[in-house]
Amino acid sequence: MIPDNIMVFLEIIIVTLSIVTTVIYGLVKYKPTAELKEIWLRIRTWWMMIIIFMIAILLGPVISLVFFALLSFLALREFLSLIPTRSVDRPTLLCVYLTIPMQYLLIANGNYEIFVIFVPLIVFLFLASSMVLAGETPGFISAISTLNWGLMLTVYLLGYVGFVLVITSDGGLITSNAVLVLFLVFLTELNDVAQYTFGKLFGTTTAIIKVSPNKTAEGFAGGLSITILSAVLIGPWLTSFTTWESLIAGILIGVAGFLGDITISAVKRDLGIKDTGRLLPGHGGVLDRVDSLLFTAPVFFHYIYQFKLY
Amino acid sequence: MFKILRYCIHMLLIRPFLLGFVGLNLIYRERLPASGAAILVANHNSHLDVPAIISLFPLGLLDKFRPVGARGYFFRNRVLAWCAIHLFRLIPLNRDRFLPSDGDPLHECSRALEKNEILIIFPEGTRGIPGQLGPFKPGISHLARRHPDVPVIPIFIDGTGKVLPKDAYIPVPFVCDVYIGNAVRWNGDKKMFLQIIRQEILNMNNQLPHFATDPNHEILNQIY
Repeated sequence: MIPDNIMVFLEIIIVTLSIVTTVIYGLVKYKPTAELKEIWLRIRTWWMMIIIFMIAILLGPVISLVFFALLSFLALREFLSLIPTRSVDRPTLLCVYLTIPMQYLLIANGNYEIFVIFVPLIVFLFLASSMVLAGETPGFISAISTLNWGLMLTVYLLGYVGFVLVITSDGGLITSNAVLVLFLVFLTELNDVAQYTFGKLFGTTTAIIKVSPNKTAEGFAGGLSITILSAVLIGPWLTSFTTWESLIAGILIGVAGFLGDITISAVKRDLGIKDTGRLLPGHGGVLDRVDSLLFTAPVFFHYIYQFKLY
Repeated sequence: MFKILRYCIHMLLIRPFLLGFVGLNLIYRERLPASGAAILVANHNSHLDVPAIISLFPLGLLDKFRPVGARGYFFRNRVLAWCAIHLFRLIPLNRDRFLPSDGDPLHECSRALEKNEILIIFPEGTRGIPGQLGPFKPGISHLARRHPDVPVIPIFIDGTGKVLPKDAYIPVPFVCDVYIGNAVRWNGDKKMFLQIIRQEILNMNNQLPHFATDPNHEILNQIY
């Protein structure tokens, strides 16, 4: 059974997005600049993503996990397509895809001890062995490092969103944990949008970091403030967090989200590309969209796990 | 009968596999003519090249595509021959020798173009190493001279050579991009014509990001 406050919350999101869509539609009709058209494209894709995500959440924890597993697959495939790979590693790469169903089965069973060591330890050792047995040493360090790093990002870190669904469990999925996932994903994406918007509206030309010229101090501060404010507003109402616990969650999500965002930016810079893919018109690839979530999910999870806030 | 089977296999197996599992993108779709005959000329690194091109277009256009392939290769065993003819409507071409007694080797291709079909030709003649474009065989010039009204469209396929390279049997998912180039019309000079198409494909290849700043990247690129 879906709790009432989740339904109300989803309705608020839909209504807000409808208002934004109407305003942007009016602006595009009034003054169709390239930038506004880009934002319009983004909003259309937002609708698609939000509807798919809501359906995945509302259909229960099993479907939600399948959805996150698919997301991991798309992100991993994107990452492996971008990095240089060696033809000798083809069998290893095929095995790498198999870690996704395995990791998500561990999550579905709520098997915390194995979940936390599966990718960083078991898969780590397996990949090194598999690649060294393939017998080609030139480019070995680069190949194994990029592969491990991609797996950590797209399977291990993203898997934490799924583990939030089973956090209270002694083995099994819990429907009511959907509020925690909703809280995490909503604040992460809101933080993204708010940082982008504040940067565009009030950002000066000075970037705070070398990686991305679009990241300004104004954008970061504005985004963080909105995220903290929203966390304090919706936390006590939607979840079992107190105001203070929500406030800290907001700070953690705001800062981790920013760091996740610029990390993927750095990856793209190094590879000489602008977007990680073409799956989401206006946004780029799946990795472009989940970049902040990669960092916020484990931070949020361990925050509520250590302090037993569920 | 075979037509229904062909549509079913494309719809239920080939397309879900390529679009869902492997991942395909079509870039510069607007450069394709809306209707009529065309000659698609592409680089060739994998058996997935033809299914990838076909899968990026509506299922209704399935029977318009006619890939051209080597008779000696595709007809060497019955399973391969069956797939080539019934799943992809291959036009077989004698790759090795032309004797005057064999008749016109491009007769089937010409007939397909007259029926407003879309030819898919790989002028390298065989699957090469990803990132290296081999020399072009002159067949497309002959066809273009015979059908000067038919646009010749250069196509650059990136990624299929990683998914299923020449000596591999098991595909590994990598996102593939199919770039449509600017249409080229017959200009009267066989060599120049080949050169223009080749250059168009090379230009699309050169637009890809390079990893030349890092020496390690360069090693990896050479290995691939």
